[in-house]
Amino acid sequence: MRNPIKFGLVAALAASVSASAAMADTVKIAFIDPLSGPFAGTGTNGLHQYEFAADRLVNEAGGVLGGDMFEIVAFDNKISPKESLIQLQVAIDQGIRYIAQGNSSGVANALTEAIEKHNRRNPDDRVLFLNYSAVDPALTNDKCNFWHFRFDANADIKMDALTDVMAGDDSIKKVYIIGQDYSFGKAVAAAAVKNISEKRPDIEIVGNELHPIGKVKDFTPYARKIVSSGADAVITGNWGADMLGLGKSVLENGYTGPIFTYYAAADGITAAFGETGKGSLRLVAEGQINPPVSMRATEYYNAFKEKYPEGNISQARITNVIEMLAKAINEAGSATDVVAVANALEGMEHEGLWGGKMMMRPQDHQLIQDVHIHAHTDDGITFDYDNSGFGLVVENTVTMAAMDSPTTCEMKRP
Amino acid sequence: MDLILVNIIDGLVTGLLLFMLSAGLTLIFSMMGVLNFAHASFYMLGAYFAYQISLALGFWMGLLIAPLIVGVMGAGVERYGLRRVHQYGHVPELIFTFGLALLIEELVQFIWGKNQMPYQVPDVLNFTAFAIAGNSIPAYKIFMIFISVAIFIGLLYVLTRTRVGMIIQAALSYPRTVESLGHNVPLIFMGVFGVGTALAGVAGVIAGPVLGTFPGMAFVLGSIVFVTIVIGGLGSLWGALVASLLIGWVTTFAKSYNIAMSDILNGIGFSTPENLSDSLWRDLWTVTSPQIADILPYILMVLILIFRPYGLFGKRDA
Repeated sequence: MRNPIKFGLVAALAASVSASAAMADTVKIAFIDPLSGPFAGTGTNGLHQYEFAADRLVNEAGGVLGGDMFEIVAFDNKISPKESLIQLQVAIDQGIRYIAQGNSSGVANALTEAIEKHNRRNPDDRVLFLNYSAVDPALTNDKCNFWHFRFDANADIKMDALTDVMAGDDSIKKVYIIGQDYSFGKAVAAAAVKNISEKRPDIEIVGNELHPIGKVKDFTPYARKIVSSGADAVITGNWGADMLGLGKSVLENGYTGPIFTYYAAADGITAAFGETGKGSLRLVAEGQINPPVSMRATEYYNAFKEKYPEGNISQARITNVIEMLAKAINEAGSATDVVAVANALEGMEHEGLWGGKMMMRPQDHQLIQDVHIHAHTDDGITFDYDNSGFGLVVENTVTMAAMDSPTTCEMKRP
Repeated sequence: MDLILVNIIDGLVTGLLLFMLSAGLTLIFSMMGVLNFAHASFYMLGAYFAYQISLALGFWMGLLIAPLIVGVMGAGVERYGLRRVHQYGHVPELIFTFGLALLIEELVQFIWGKNQMPYQVPDVLNFTAFAIAGNSIPAYKIFMIFISVAIFIGLLYVLTRTRVGMIIQAALSYPRTVESLGHNVPLIFMGVFGVGTALAGVAGVIAGPVLGTFPGMAFVLGSIVFVTIVIGGLGSLWGALVASLLIGWVTTFAKSYNIAMSDILNGIGFSTPENLSDSLWRDLWTVTSPQIADILPYILMVLILIFRPYGLFGKRDA
């Protein structure tokens, strides 16, 4: 071995082969999400949260089934449904039984269909789909199947909670709805109109508008319309640059009321809003970060920050995915019999790391949990986002939101 | 009525911002015949540099230093990149600037990441200058207007009243003659390229805090800048100004008022088809002005190209 680099490579290869041989009993979870391209930031942050949750909540506690370790295997889907299906096949070929995905409902729709087909045709190596973020209501309604489990509250549930809070605020008389011109933006607008007209028929919807997604340079004209409509509240499902652009523009041009949002936090948005967003920005989500609910949650967040100083726990539900999966595997007594694991997950009740009871509703595999309305502020923030001093504090909580909400799901069980 | 005044101010801000980008681009294009695809990338670099400088030295130093750095980089790109590619003709130049745009975007993502940067309006300008019927005009917007107008007057003075400007104008039309008179034309080219990119840098510095500082900011402005210089006429500073303001006002007004296509069509004598949802023309009838606001400049460009191919203020055929 004259070439030290070559020797090193061979040694590393040998080590990795022997390592994987020694850890034959790992439970692998495929993480299929964007790790390159414009949404890589969100995807990478999610991957870190998964790896950390698996290590801290499962592996350091001795694993599942008396010693099997969780391992997160990352696959880059470039947020494309087509690419996701290829990565799904690669994951299945590697013998992975658990698929985690969250960014984009378009991808989730493609995956859930492909997984159902695969499981029907290959009863010997079935897989489960752990959807941790895709919130299209159809996934647990018309398009539901036995293999899909959603750990985030869907768009309808979030809007239900949001409008519950709005309905209790008598100062709100006029509402302006604005969103991006695509399926999710339209779903948010439709849910908002439906909920508001049911709960507070006296509220006037003074604007319901869609704008091109990712193409608006300057939101000032939209902001002027919102201000001159006399709206007391704004509802938007915008995310990314569109959220920041709209929010800043509306606030800088004289609007002072609340802006109810889905995704106005973390990934640089919290820091960019800073002082401007204080007092106006509201965000509906599960998972209470501030104030911390327990010593355990505080320690967990501190340990995460130590490992990823630039990171945020922006998707608290990821810990629920890991904990509930571990519990289900232990209950089923097997990590390879995914039907038994799915049956254990179905109807499972769980006490989350971030507080509150939750239950995986058996009818449609939608996790029913507490949904919070957060406020963007720098007061009473224990754990900020983007190291900016600003973060989200829980203002209102709807416990077990939409527990009795109807579903059109007709689950076929194997 | 009040809203009209507000929209005029908003459109002015948008238009002047566009002008700062297109002024540099139109000079570069008319002088070297290069469509600089990376122009908007220099705008983005301006915003990012200014953000980085503002963290250490505050906003004002950022406004001062960042455009200088961007200008020096632009001059360097001309001296060591474009000038070498120039001998192979226009297509390699185009491809070079296009590649540069991609490179800068990747570089920005590599250094600053993909997230939004918290680049904020400075505290001294973070107040409402005045309000018109509840619509507040932030002081920062007034500041943007002043900066852009000052730059326009400065440019106009240099180009029309000074010796440097005369040489530049001569080099625009007759580079060979100017060269044989003993002037260093490549140096002039480098200077113009540097100043043009520095202007884009200034635009980035002052737009970053209001329009957001993120890796996609070059992309959203990239194509509209070319539209501006085509409408205005290549090489004309006045043309760039008029076209920028026109685009600023057209898009602002189109977005602010929900003018429905069905009203216009009814107004000029067409009646709405009875079963609209089955009609072949459904999409046309249901269009509203905010939906098409951002493509109006492109329609304007097509019309200009048909009826006045050298642009509003262009002096020669494009």
